[in-house]
Amino acid sequence: MKLIILENYSQASEWAAKYIRNRIVQFGPGPGRFFTLGLPTGLPRDHPESYHSFMWNNFFKHIDISPENVHLLDGNAPDLQAECDAFEEKIKAAGGIELFVGGIGPDGHIAFNEPGSSLVSRTRVKTLAMDTILANARFFDGDLSKVPTMALTVGVGTVMDAREVMILITGAHKAFALYKAIEDGVNHMWTVSAFQQHPNTVFVCDEDATLELKVKTVKYFKGLMLVHNKLVEPLYSMKEMEAERSQSKKPYSD
Amino acid sequence: MPSNKSVSDAPIVQFTNCRILRDHQLQREDLWVREGKILNPEKLFFDEKGSADVQLDCKDSIIAPGFIDVQINGGFGVDFSLATDDFKSGIDLVSQKILSHGVTSFCPTLVTSPSSVYHQVLPQISVRNGGTHGAGILGAHLEGPFISKEKKGAHPEHCLRTFEAGAFQDLLATYGSLDCVQIVTLAPEMRRSSEVIRELTKRGICVSLGHSVANLSQAEEAVQHGATFITHLFNAMLPFHHRDPGIVGLLTSDRIPAGRKVFYGMISDGIHTNPAALRIAHRAHPKGLVLVTDAMAGMGLAPGRHTLGQQVVEIDGLNTYIAGTKTLSGSVATMDTCVRHFQEATGCAVETALEAASLHPAQLLGIEHKKGTLNYDSDADFLMLNDSLYVQATYIAGEEVWRQDVSGM
Repeated sequence: MKLIILENYSQASEWAAKYIRNRIVQFGPGPGRFFTLGLPTGLPRDHPESYHSFMWNNFFKHIDISPENVHLLDGNAPDLQAECDAFEEKIKAAGGIELFVGGIGPDGHIAFNEPGSSLVSRTRVKTLAMDTILANARFFDGDLSKVPTMALTVGVGTVMDAREVMILITGAHKAFALYKAIEDGVNHMWTVSAFQQHPNTVFVCDEDATLELKVKTVKYFKGLMLVHNKLVEPLYSMKEMEAERSQSKKPYSD
Repeated sequence: MPSNKSVSDAPIVQFTNCRILRDHQLQREDLWVREGKILNPEKLFFDEKGSADVQLDCKDSIIAPGFIDVQINGGFGVDFSLATDDFKSGIDLVSQKILSHGVTSFCPTLVTSPSSVYHQVLPQISVRNGGTHGAGILGAHLEGPFISKEKKGAHPEHCLRTFEAGAFQDLLATYGSLDCVQIVTLAPEMRRSSEVIRELTKRGICVSLGHSVANLSQAEEAVQHGATFITHLFNAMLPFHHRDPGIVGLLTSDRIPAGRKVFYGMISDGIHTNPAALRIAHRAHPKGLVLVTDAMAGMGLAPGRHTLGQQVVEIDGLNTYIAGTKTLSGSVATMDTCVRHFQEATGCAVETALEAASLHPAQLLGIEHKKGTLNYDSDADFLMLNDSLYVQATYIAGEEVWRQDVSGM
């Protein structure tokens, strides 16, 4: 695993954005060659805070992606399990997920794979844990009764199949979850810990999120920042890449 | 980009690199238009899997809803209160020329006139959509003749009338037809005005109080019967008095029926109202302020003599007086100068100034679901302005109908 420690939320976000950009550019996507980006799924469709609105406002409207290349789990589908199975098929059809970007819950969950989720689970319907409902209450004016209690989510196994996984963790309230995820053992109560068994994981966090880690761990990874920063500098662009297609650099691997 | 638009095949235009006025704020968002209406890009993306056919770079302009002028008596030599043979081409000329002032919809206004004028002119005014031919016509504004003698202003005394004899029937007989009438200005202190106000309101016509010596309670009673507008606040009414605020008191009256709002027109040309008075009104009731031009035939022309209905008017700079007097009669202001002057005089936000000329008149006329905003599914009548609020381009139903000449004026 690479643990990237930045000073604060903005810097962590920026580092992650640059890394993803470089990965996409170096992959060299084109017609018929898709860079498949995986993102965790969420709330039901029709709600104003729906995941569709969130994704549109924060991502899709800022880029020139074709609507046909966007696949979101539909919480209003008549047969939810069939919807989940179809999603797994779509991932296979797209050639598998190249990079999965996700966050971590205070209870250590990845996507909505709550504590107790099988570490080999696939896309399915999950009942949300109270911790998650409380965390989501802010999107529903703090009214707990309005927060949906079920969600469709990719499974831990689904994410493990991605060629690379990036987890973003910021804030002191996530610190204990980060500790459990990387310094303790693999445990289905802290599902993010499953990625200890993934060959290509990047954890990007801010100082506050490291509060529960051993000083030794933090010092080791901070010392590696010189090397890790080479992944985001220089920042590549599609135009440059098209010019020097023959001299592609391989991403650093530990 | 191939797209599979399931709802319609009409071209979709995406205006980018702009700041749009939405939810009372200038937001950095793109404006999407299809078939003359503002389109919701999120629904297009997820439901139709569609995307833009054309993308236009607006070079960081402000995009605001088109201006709506609810009080304009004419312009460019055309007088709406004169029953000429070429009346229709006159109204067409004005509606085409005001596009450059940012006006996309207006209410041609008739001042107090003999009954024959109404019978000849009104049938020639029809409610119609705007386009390359000119701004849309929402309906006529009839200012008079049921107004007060003491506050007639520039209106001819011999044409004034009362409701004494037949109230609403009298009004109908005077005007001939109310088919395309959107607003009627009258003086509420006149006997039997309440019944008239109720009848007009029942027919969806907006009743405005003006050219009146009503006190506050008479004005409040008129509002209770359905009046919702005040014609050019401060002008042609009793001045504000601290023990009887008169019509001006409606701005802060507590006797307005729940759920209703009183709007008031202001001619912010710097002549009709002292900037300090403009600020007092704005601060007292900011959400009710509606900018109007009250422009007359001389607007857009050189200084000199012009007509305003039955009167002769002299223009000297921005001042328009009844020939030989100091009585103001209409103005030569344009809507965009009014918006700029309003913003400067009050120091208000750009959004506020723009809404006073678009959202508020739309709310007054009850048409804000399709005009006066850039909300999804509204008519795509909008303007591109620079930061100093000069109109660069005017669009009606998504089509460009006027553009500022790059070379100059």
